[in-house]
Amino acid sequence: MSTTAPEKPAYTRKDFVSDQAVRWCPGCGDYAILAQIQNVLPTLGVRKENVVFVSGIGCSSRFPYYMDTYGFHGIHGRAPAIATGVRLVNPDLDIWVITGDGDALSIGMGHFVHAIRRNLNMKVILFNNRIYGLTKGQYSPTTPVGHKTKSSPLGALDYPIHPIEVAIGAEATFVARVLDADGATMRKVFSEAAAHRGTAFIEVYQNCIIFNDGAHGHVSDKKQRPEHALYLEEGKPLRFGPNKEHGIKMDKTRPVIVWNAENDDELLVHEPQTASATYAYFLSRLHYPEFPIPFGVFRKVEHPPYDALLRERVSQARERNKGGLAELFRGPHSWTVE
Amino acid sequence: MAETKVVEKESVTVRFAGDSGDGMQLTGTQFSNTSALFGNDVSTLPDYPAEIRAPAGTMAGVSGFQIHLAAHDIYTPGDKADCLVAMNPAALKISLAEVVEGGIVIANSDAFTPQNLKKVGYETNPLEDDSLSDYELYAVPITTLTLNVVADIDGLGRKEAERCKNFFALGVVNWLYDRPIDPSLEWIEKKFGPESPIGQANKKALLAGFAYGDTVQMFRVRYRVPRADLPPGTYRQLNGNQACAYGAIAAAHSAKLPLVYASYPITPASDILHTLAGLAGYNVYTFQAEDEIAAMCTAIGAAYGGAVAMTGTSGPGLCLKSEAIGLAVMAELPVIIIDVQRGGPSTGLPTKTEQADLLQALFGRNGESPVIVLAPQSPADAFDTVYEAVRLAFRAMAPVIVLSDGFIANGAEPWRIPDLDDLPPIETGILKEPPPDGYQPYARDPVTLARKLALPGTPGMEHRIGGLEKEDITGNVNYRPENHHKMTRIRSEKIQRLADFIPEAKVFGEQQGDLLVVGWGSTYGAIRGGVERALREGRSVGHLQLRHLNPFPKNVGEILQRYKKILVPEINEGQLAFLLKATFLRKVERFNLVRGLPFKVKEIHDEIVRVLEERDEE
Repeated sequence: MSTTAPEKPAYTRKDFVSDQAVRWCPGCGDYAILAQIQNVLPTLGVRKENVVFVSGIGCSSRFPYYMDTYGFHGIHGRAPAIATGVRLVNPDLDIWVITGDGDALSIGMGHFVHAIRRNLNMKVILFNNRIYGLTKGQYSPTTPVGHKTKSSPLGALDYPIHPIEVAIGAEATFVARVLDADGATMRKVFSEAAAHRGTAFIEVYQNCIIFNDGAHGHVSDKKQRPEHALYLEEGKPLRFGPNKEHGIKMDKTRPVIVWNAENDDELLVHEPQTASATYAYFLSRLHYPEFPIPFGVFRKVEHPPYDALLRERVSQARERNKGGLAELFRGPHSWTVE
Repeated sequence: MAETKVVEKESVTVRFAGDSGDGMQLTGTQFSNTSALFGNDVSTLPDYPAEIRAPAGTMAGVSGFQIHLAAHDIYTPGDKADCLVAMNPAALKISLAEVVEGGIVIANSDAFTPQNLKKVGYETNPLEDDSLSDYELYAVPITTLTLNVVADIDGLGRKEAERCKNFFALGVVNWLYDRPIDPSLEWIEKKFGPESPIGQANKKALLAGFAYGDTVQMFRVRYRVPRADLPPGTYRQLNGNQACAYGAIAAAHSAKLPLVYASYPITPASDILHTLAGLAGYNVYTFQAEDEIAAMCTAIGAAYGGAVAMTGTSGPGLCLKSEAIGLAVMAELPVIIIDVQRGGPSTGLPTKTEQADLLQALFGRNGESPVIVLAPQSPADAFDTVYEAVRLAFRAMAPVIVLSDGFIANGAEPWRIPDLDDLPPIETGILKEPPPDGYQPYARDPVTLARKLALPGTPGMEHRIGGLEKEDITGNVNYRPENHHKMTRIRSEKIQRLADFIPEAKVFGEQQGDLLVVGWGSTYGAIRGGVERALREGRSVGHLQLRHLNPFPKNVGEILQRYKKILVPEINEGQLAFLLKATFLRKVERFNLVRGLPFKVKEIHDEIVRVLEERDEE
């Protein structure tokens, strides 16, 4: 098993670019995410041999092939389970799970929730384009009701699921949302996620230019973004609008928008480190068009990861274990035949 | 009264039967452990219902435990019992067919109440109506006697007091077969502590049962089974699930890697997880996954990360793991899947044994997806089989499916504890640094065709693998027709090449002649017993038990040619027979009983005789 070198390795973006040609459609939002990950990794001080990307199936899951790190392109929905195995064996690795709305929330929902519940030390980045891209355009678990797709020509009937709500429901210790068109926030959030101990879940609003172009248009369009995006900043009131003139406050048990809020005092203040998940869940329920969409870090709390606890148990048991294998095999009741 | 005489016997089979809550599994285990410690060869068959507590007194709730002990090498838990302990009418009704004619029946007469008799359709009390006149019947008021003897223990409830009756029964049987009771007394003390009322009560019940045999003098004969002449060595009792766990630990120890065992609870495989979960001190990481697929994928991730990676399941779980096993085939990772087979299809017979997953293990995946398939032939043999599974997995960089079954998993026998230094080495082939000309994930060893592993965390060998078809040597994604054809052949060829590495198959009995009986897995004991009997009758019979089912040992085809007829007994509808016919183009006779039970020696012997005496049509 490897050890982390004390000095910070001097990498550039190029050190993380593999020799494989990127095969996403021209204009796909995935390019921007790939670029930002490759930008961020050299700044983190991690050794590249310790970086592992694990993915499932879908357009997003081709991601590991484009990273010059260790990588495992798994099977549909199972990336968190594969990553769990890697995590159990080696505590020094930086594990990034790359998944999509179909991969994580449909076929892989079980593993997604359980990885988060265990707070396994890994980053989970979910590319949410609200459509099945690789299978050519069927509705996904995040597709809005009524949306017409190849498999829903009269409009989707399923009520969509919101991944951040699910993650917080599973007590995720780090939850964030970013947008493929917003490189600066991506870099900031990816860096913060990388430093988190436990499962860091990041939903990326990602545009599928072929099958669902403009799914996040109300925020990916730079002109509309200030009206519809709520940037979360720790210790600051929840404000949005071109000049941050509007805010969010609580009215009894309901959030309401305060248009042209002059006074910060009545607004909610962003506290991502609140121990209870109730506040983060409340944030996750702010949906467009009734509310602006929160971006940034929803929740960031400390909680021991499963893998660290297991490792501790194994090391303690090994310290206590004075007998060798021969003793174990003999057990309390052996007998000898001469 | 005449003195009870002691008769020496070569072997004895005892069956304990009662309600699920009567503690029959415990009683049986105690009796077999005592016998093993005494020096007999022992083979056991637990036979219990899937329900934890079926309604009391019903046939559905009967839990049985059969023990065969002998002064010689034995292979099976015995065909029929020489002695049955029946704790209630349901147990008697269900088990009587499993008792030899003239055999001993010890019945708890207290449980033969009108109500209990009615529950199982006895119109009159069989202990009183002479219907058991073909047996040596002892009606003993076990409950009353137990309650009397524990009456003076403070702090013992009536229910707890009554629960001690299994130890009274154990005491009687220990006396009858001249077994020491000290090991069970020690066990009770260790389990409950020296002061606890329950522990004291159980001890008293055991001693009282033993004394009862001595003082009542109703038994005409006591039996003694002398020590077996086992090969020199240190022994212990071991069941198949424990053996799998120990084999895994030993293999990880030899491979100098941690053991990761990821599993989802399923009968009858869960005890492997339970055993390993208590052995973290041997560098064992157990992981109870959220489902079967996750367990398989976690094992795959662990193999990729650098562990001896294993999962355990039963048939329904193997179905769920199929896609992920295919991933391990494509990614060429060493993963071990232990399938403790049970009656199927679907949920089937969760607690009963079967051998019907063989073809699923070989072929139950999409695409051409060859894996190594091994099967242990007895509980203790599961240790060696799992150890070998790890060895072969690393040698070929391929998944291995180990086909255990319910009979092996829960059956126990003496295990000759191996000297760790005598175990064959396990070479993992993990690269510590890049080769001089650079690391290529799918470059291969010219002899084994295995690729070399480079673990995440190792500088200079960063690479990507996955489920998409790999380009030869580089491991990059590749869809070219010739490449896919080539890689398909390589994945198959590297498994077949193991035939040059594994030992050749050996035949027991006649090396050529009239009939070869071919089996695999847990049928070993019954087939060996049947073949031995046929050999004693002067018949020309050989026995071949296959541990390696993919690949077959390289001399199997040649062996089959040496016999006029081939008989393949299986607890399925003829899966190995199908493989042998397809592979070696030999006509084979099938013998299939799919009852959730192992074969009896007599059944195999009768079939051998039938096949030998059958005239060829041609």
